Amino acid sequence: MVGERTNVTGSARFRKLIEANDYAAALEVARQQVESGANMLDVNMDEGMLESEAAMATFLNLIAAEPDISRVPIMIDSSKWSVIEAGLKCVQGKSVVNSISLKEGEGPFLDHTRKVFRYGAAVVVMAFDEEGQADTADRKFEICKRAYTLLTEKVGFPPEDIIFDPNIFAVATGIEEHNDYGLAFIEATRRIKAELPYVHVSGGVSNLSFAFRGNERMREAMHSVFLFHAIQAGMDMGIVNAGQLALYDDIDAELRELVEDVILNRRDDATDRLLEAAERFKGGASQKKEADLSWREKPVEERLSYSLVHGITTFIEADTEEARAKSERPLHVIEGPLMNGMSVVGDLFGAGKMFLPQVVKSARVMKQAVAYLMPFMEKEKEEQGLAQGEPAGRVLLATVKGDVHDIGKNIVGVVLQCNNYEVTDLGVMVPSQKIIDTAREKKVDIIGLSGLITPSLDEMCHVAAEMEREGMDLPLLIGGATTSRLHTAVKISPNYARSQAIYVTDASRAVGVVSGLMSKEERPKRIAKVREEYKTVAESYARGQAEKSRVPLAQARANHLKLDWKGYTPPNPSFLGTRSFKTYDLGELARYIDWTPFFQAWELKGQYPRILEDDKYGEAARPLFDDAQAMLKQLIEEKWLTANAVVGLWPANSVGDDIELYADEARHSPFATVHTLRQQMARDSGGRANIALADYIAPKETGLADYIGGFAVTTGIGEEDVARRFERANDDYSKILIKALADRLAEAFAEIMHKKVRRELWGYAPDETLTNEQLIAEDYAGIRPAPGYPAQPDHTEKRTLFSLLDAEKEIGVKLTESCAMWPGAAVSGFYFAHPEARYFGVGKIGRDQVVDYAARKGWTVEETERWLGPILSYDPKHIADAAA
Amino acid sequence: MTREDRIAALKREAEQRILILDGAMGTMIQRHKLNEAGYRGERFKDHQRDLKGNNDLLVLSQPDIIRDIHSAYFEAGADLIETNTFNAQSISQADYGLEDYSYEMNVAAAKLAREAADIWTEKTPDRPRFVAGAIGPTNRTASISPDVNNPGFRNVNFDELVEAYATQTRGLIDGGADVILIETVFDTLNAKAAGYAVEQVFDEMGVELPIMISGTITDFSGRNLSGQTPEAFWYSMKHLRPFSMGLNCSFGAEQLRPSVDEMAHVTDTYVSVYPNAGLPNEMGEYDETPEQMATLLKDWANDGLVNIVGGCCGTTPDHIRAIAQAMAKYKPRQVPEVDHALRLSGLEPFVHG
Repeated sequence: MVGERTNVTGSARFRKLIEANDYAAALEVARQQVESGANMLDVNMDEGMLESEAAMATFLNLIAAEPDISRVPIMIDSSKWSVIEAGLKCVQGKSVVNSISLKEGEGPFLDHTRKVFRYGAAVVVMAFDEEGQADTADRKFEICKRAYTLLTEKVGFPPEDIIFDPNIFAVATGIEEHNDYGLAFIEATRRIKAELPYVHVSGGVSNLSFAFRGNERMREAMHSVFLFHAIQAGMDMGIVNAGQLALYDDIDAELRELVEDVILNRRDDATDRLLEAAERFKGGASQKKEADLSWREKPVEERLSYSLVHGITTFIEADTEEARAKSERPLHVIEGPLMNGMSVVGDLFGAGKMFLPQVVKSARVMKQAVAYLMPFMEKEKEEQGLAQGEPAGRVLLATVKGDVHDIGKNIVGVVLQCNNYEVTDLGVMVPSQKIIDTAREKKVDIIGLSGLITPSLDEMCHVAAEMEREGMDLPLLIGGATTSRLHTAVKISPNYARSQAIYVTDASRAVGVVSGLMSKEERPKRIAKVREEYKTVAESYARGQAEKSRVPLAQARANHLKLDWKGYTPPNPSFLGTRSFKTYDLGELARYIDWTPFFQAWELKGQYPRILEDDKYGEAARPLFDDAQAMLKQLIEEKWLTANAVVGLWPANSVGDDIELYADEARHSPFATVHTLRQQMARDSGGRANIALADYIAPKETGLADYIGGFAVTTGIGEEDVARRFERANDDYSKILIKALADRLAEAFAEIMHKKVRRELWGYAPDETLTNEQLIAEDYAGIRPAPGYPAQPDHTEKRTLFSLLDAEKEIGVKLTESCAMWPGAAVSGFYFAHPEARYFGVGKIGRDQVVDYAARKGWTVEETERWLGPILSYDPKHIADAAA
Repeated sequence: MTREDRIAALKREAEQRILILDGAMGTMIQRHKLNEAGYRGERFKDHQRDLKGNNDLLVLSQPDIIRDIHSAYFEAGADLIETNTFNAQSISQADYGLEDYSYEMNVAAAKLAREAADIWTEKTPDRPRFVAGAIGPTNRTASISPDVNNPGFRNVNFDELVEAYATQTRGLIDGGADVILIETVFDTLNAKAAGYAVEQVFDEMGVELPIMISGTITDFSGRNLSGQTPEAFWYSMKHLRPFSMGLNCSFGAEQLRPSVDEMAHVTDTYVSVYPNAGLPNEMGEYDETPEQMATLLKDWANDGLVNIVGGCCGTTPDHIRAIAQAMAKYKPRQVPEVDHALRLSGLEPFVHG
């Protein structure tokens, strides 16, 4: 017996405990499983929001410390190899890996099973190959046989360590192809045991009764009957909730027979009969409800909805007729009350209050209603001279490449078919070319893509781009758990301008969307509506939003910040040139940390220290803060990081929007030029200035001896080694923590150096005594803007700064080709001492400034547009097109 | 003889008689009463940290002492001697600031043992002598937290162990070892990492040496430090298809008997045992005499429990001589046939089917 409660995908309670980091309570779940007799503990951490590898390692390490739990072997359960491997590295016993399959072909299968063997574990192999999950007895057996041959002959895997899982699927779903699933498993098991010596057969039994969620009595009966037959066929392991098993002989004889009919697929109407009996056998209360017909009193729209939700066909034709008589066109009945009813079904299904067979039944009611309306619609078409006998439309469905999840897509298919659509379902892991080719070949009207895992989002973008490239113009529907309106609008939609990508919330909405797109008159309207809507979504998403108008550069320059240079004496620095500070005291840096951004890095929003007591975030913030303090202490004591800084101060004067730096007080010719960008937003006359950083330095013509400073600091030296050490320990938490702390220390270092510059090195504020809070609030005189940030968005100015400071040599920080600093825990910038200097944002700039800036930098306009891309107020492509 | 010849010879010998392993290295080194300067030798005289007690370093700083000890055990009748590399991996050596010397230490250690073995094989061609490259557990545990308040914490992980062990294994093979001996396993996860590293190095170098595995029982519950029973331990290690599986160190032969018995019944490979010379006395000395120890081991041989025997802490060439003589007339244990079943383990074994 395998304990299955320590599985985040199978137990909501366990998942919540893990998500809440309540490992103590999670361990109790494990302990209960072992105490109640589990021979093995299935541990599964496959949940999108979890760092599954880390969660697996953490939980297994904790289990290792609990002898009454760790006495049993572990079943390391994940669909991700990296999670399996993380688990294998934490168990001293001989475990079982659950599972590996031929899904991705023989290469990965051999690679993973070789490693499983080397880690010393047994393996569960799913009957799953490149084509998908096996659903017939033949396919199940063939895949297992192929895996067996590979394992025993190529890997040298001991056959007794192989456990086959030939897939237990849900039966009695109302879908005819599912009827044979139970028997297929049993038959496959028989052949596997007969022909593949020493192996074991296992399966997740609870899948079987998926259609009866909520009806525990029915499920128990189904599980028991199924196991009874499967065990006879040779199944010798199984993942079941042992508390949830009825004794085969204790099952009511009538129910047992009904269940047996379903599992062994003994009669065509087995599912209907079982569904019909399900109510009677629900939770033991076998009283048959008197038919309550009070809903018949309600208006026809509500009656139709009721029939759909409850799967009642008795009154559907009469009600449909009544609705038709009231409508202008028969189609309006479908688009109106019937679709509204299906929406209710979708909502209930989404909320777990309706189950799959019930949804299928609803779809059948729908189909009957549509069938009733068909002659009327055809008559209408005839009158308008249109062809007959066509399906309502042709829809191609596929789960995109790299993804295997298809339950939702299958439901969409069923629901569409029930509504007289011809559905071509390409299954799972479908490459874009196949989608496009089939769409053409089958002359489909609409393509629907499904996916559950996040990488599928990218694949959907790819499919959309390919459709665009291949000149297709069919509407593209997007659905599945991780998809969203936002993603569809922002990422997928722009790839496909020829038609439109449309997000569909869930299966129940599919018919409404599809029918709207099929109707000739509706389609352009619908697409236009969606396009409009997505445009708004995408625009509000885009940072910085739509910019206001720009003023010409000349006008902006005329409105530059006019400082009173006559009454100003620039302070004289204590030295000129550069000075470096190596291996600075980490303890001092720690005292200057601004903790608020630290919490932001962890997506905890709020001001420190209030955040520690925050209702929403406090619970998460407090332990994080404790951990950070502990690590900070350790990193200071053990000197994990090296803190270096270099500061420079040079004579400088502004010339237009540039700042010239001089090697000495003679100020003859500049030895370096710092370029700045000017704000071009429209200002009311007499209002604020259009600032550039150059405005803060005395212009050359004033004759004033002004200065500029520059700095670069890092606390990132050594960080990578520490992070790698945590990574090797599968400790992603600490890895993120060290990075977040190093970043904070770098900021603190920049703060300290700035203070030192103000008080001593430049010395223009020798008497400044500001608290840490005041420093954080930037209450000091002068600023230290960094290239690449709002006041000077051009990252390449860092190259000038770094060469002035000789920063790479002095502090060991490099610039990448994109002008990012490496190591990342580094801060650099220029110092401006003028008391009026304030931080500001340049905002979007016009093409005139780009051309001007390019000339000053010695760049081409294209190069300038590339570096300044995010702050251009125009689309360079448009201008290029217009010019061509 | 090439390595392949020697491996074939070892397998042949093992079929025919109970093989004799050597005795303690540490006990013999202690007799030299080396001081700090002695451990450093000429080469490490300026090393920044204290090196006294770093027995593995002696293969570089005092090679003659080590070679002589190997010879003394061969002379006493050992078929198989262990290289002086119990702690010669980077994790343990880091305590001395010598982590970068791991490969060199292992090469040197295996060469010293190889020299001694070849001399004795030449002297007694009817009894070829072999070198077991010894891989100890390191001074850290991958399954146990060193911090009682933080049971999920580990100060070493699988990957770090694999890296350290792989370097050690390369050195041992390059230096001429015939066998890899993963020994004194107190934490099975460390041993699994060692096995992973060894097989990885085999792949990398295109060689395959027999692997010997030997665990240690740390208390009278009959489990290793990480809590496994001998049977569970065997299931955790059997994927390495070891040449032998066994126990060493622990306590004396008398206290070890139940665990050896369990091991002998569940493993379908050779069983090795090399216990301490009894339990340490109040002075921390092992005082079981060669005769006492030989008598106890004779019972095991008589009951068909062992294929390879030797000594661990406190044993000397005299012990090995007495043991070798006592074993001479007994047949080695017959390796049992074990049926096909799924054999898993946590701290305890779980057999299915």
